[in-house]
Amino acid sequence: MKATVHVTLKQGVLDPQGKAVQHALESLDFGGVDSVRQGKFIELELTETDPKKAKAAVEEMCKKLLANTVIEDYRVDITEG
Amino acid sequence: MSILQKASGTPMKTAVIVFPGSNCDRDVQVALRESMGSEPMMVWHGDASLPDADLIVVPGGFSYGDYLRSGAMAAQSPVMRDVVAKAKSGVPVLGICNGFQVLTECGLLPGVLMRNANLKFLCIDVFLRTEAANTAFTQGYDQGQIIRIPIAHHDGNYFADDDTLKRLNDEDRIAFRYVNEDGSKGNGGNPNGSIDDIAGILNNTRSVLGLMPHPERMSDAAMGGDDGRAMFDGLVAALG
Repeated sequence: MKATVHVTLKQGVLDPQGKAVQHALESLDFGGVDSVRQGKFIELELTETDPKKAKAAVEEMCKKLLANTVIEDYRVDITEG
Repeated sequence: MSILQKASGTPMKTAVIVFPGSNCDRDVQVALRESMGSEPMMVWHGDASLPDADLIVVPGGFSYGDYLRSGAMAAQSPVMRDVVAKAKSGVPVLGICNGFQVLTECGLLPGVLMRNANLKFLCIDVFLRTEAANTAFTQGYDQGQIIRIPIAHHDGNYFADDDTLKRLNDEDRIAFRYVNEDGSKGNGGNPNGSIDDIAGILNNTRSVLGLMPHPERMSDAAMGGDDGRAMFDGLVAALG
């Protein structure tokens, strides 16, 4: 199975990179962008075939390494194949 | 023989951890050698255990290329398991710059070092106020003493949640704060956006110090200043 992980800064944690991207978009005349938050996207190919076990395992990976839970949230999605 | 060696006659033993991408390990080695009068042990990251040491230093650099997050990969390396175990048994640990990032990532110190608020890599001298001179690391300084030390980092913007910040303040665990040359706050004295102007913090037993500035780069007058030397001399006086 495949796991996709989104790691994003927690609400309330300032994201200066997102702010810089937002300003760059404004300078390119893309209007109407209220906010930009930047994060990481990680793909994992897993040998596990049980989606529940796969999700639990990847969540553990997020807590131990993939995310720093002091400032980051993570979301794990499991897909077949 | 240095007069600063242990009363028992055995020289103080220090271990400097070396990761792929460390680049301040040799600066620390020289600073320790100058203060101790003996040679530090350089310990490669893949070693499963550390030799016995009176002090462990996690130096600056870009361990593992800063992959994922600064310090995140190094925190999981074999040698760090033993560093954490030894720190928990009371062996003093000093983390400088990337070493500070590694110590937060492996849980020896709270909080996290985020990207600098202005998004720039900063390589400048900064001024620090000594906020806690009552530790092995800082006893070479006077309480409130202003020192000039260089920084060289992209991710030095210290952040901790409100509860952690309150605990650090209540327990007198903020070792150094960024200030202006005259000791005042504001006006760019804080270079990287760190919350509460924090440049360095202690663990709850005051046996672990992490700081972003580089005392080892300012430990010889030939480098343009020696305000950092008192940290190493103080450590030798406390632990040697």
